[in-house]
Amino acid sequence: MAYDYESHIRPGKLPHIWCPGCGHGIVMKGMIRAFDACGLKKENTAIVSGIGCASRMNGYMDYNTLHTAHGRAAAFATGVKMAKPEMDVIVVGGDGDGTAIGGNHFIHACRRNINMTYIILNNMIYGMTGGQFSPCTPTGDKASTTVYGNPDPTFDIAKLAIGAGATFVARGTAFHAAQIDKLIAEGIKHNGLAVIEILDDCPTTYGRRNKFRSVVDMMKRLKDIAVPVAAAAKMTPEQLEGKVLTGILHKEERPEYTEQYAQVISRAKGA
Amino acid sequence: MSGAKAEIEIIERNCKGCSICVEFCPTKVLAMDAFVVKVENADACIACMQCELRCPDFAIKVHKL
Repeated sequence: MAYDYESHIRPGKLPHIWCPGCGHGIVMKGMIRAFDACGLKKENTAIVSGIGCASRMNGYMDYNTLHTAHGRAAAFATGVKMAKPEMDVIVVGGDGDGTAIGGNHFIHACRRNINMTYIILNNMIYGMTGGQFSPCTPTGDKASTTVYGNPDPTFDIAKLAIGAGATFVARGTAFHAAQIDKLIAEGIKHNGLAVIEILDDCPTTYGRRNKFRSVVDMMKRLKDIAVPVAAAAKMTPEQLEGKVLTGILHKEERPEYTEQYAQVISRAKGA
Repeated sequence: MSGAKAEIEIIERNCKGCSICVEFCPTKVLAMDAFVVKVENADACIACMQCELRCPDFAIKVHKL
């Protein structure tokens, strides 16, 4: 039997709205497989998203979903988790939503180490709003608002998350589809904030402005730049120039926020 | 006698013709038919599942035989 993705998707929602070749569907499939692997129950799982192409995923997933304001997914998700710590809370969003407009919420969710899984689909641009450059658009590349090339340095989401205090940080790509569910599943099992960045492609607003002739060219780029952490350990800095590390990049144990807060409540009650 | 290890089902309604599956199939089972993928060389399928995993549009189902 082929994999049953459909039972996780709201009836009548396919085909989805994403452009031909957009990797968001590949990531959504990985997420579904991870949910199955971790035994997540629909009634006990909340998926929270902001605004953007990636955040549209909430419309398709047949779970408790919360489609919130631009960039505010982590804040709403924190609220859900604080009110119902027993729920599995998943945050889904793009690079612009998570690291620019919602950058503050993102770093503070990391700092608190609240037990949620934050999946960032990094397509390196604001796709839905018309291809404006995001903090993840590579330096020199073109966007609708940087037609002569982007002068900004690029955010490394993984380093940002580690620096802010996230206790599980992993990175995959839409090309390496079989790895996506394993990374997300590890993140769900982790007790603390797990950030999983999936490098993705946006053929419509990024690819055609940056000399990618096809979706396949964009996928090949993801294939070329990704280096697993184990392989990277044996490579020189020159060999790693222009590459990105994939796999589990950081993992540590630190007190989890809702557990800490439960202790505050019990102290306040004089227990 | 067919050598296929799996039967590939195409859900044409979902296919947007991105051709990721065609490009990365290791045994060239799939081909584009205008804007929709089709199974061209069914016997060569080795059931590696890469087309199903990489299809962003839920348009390919691989049924292992």
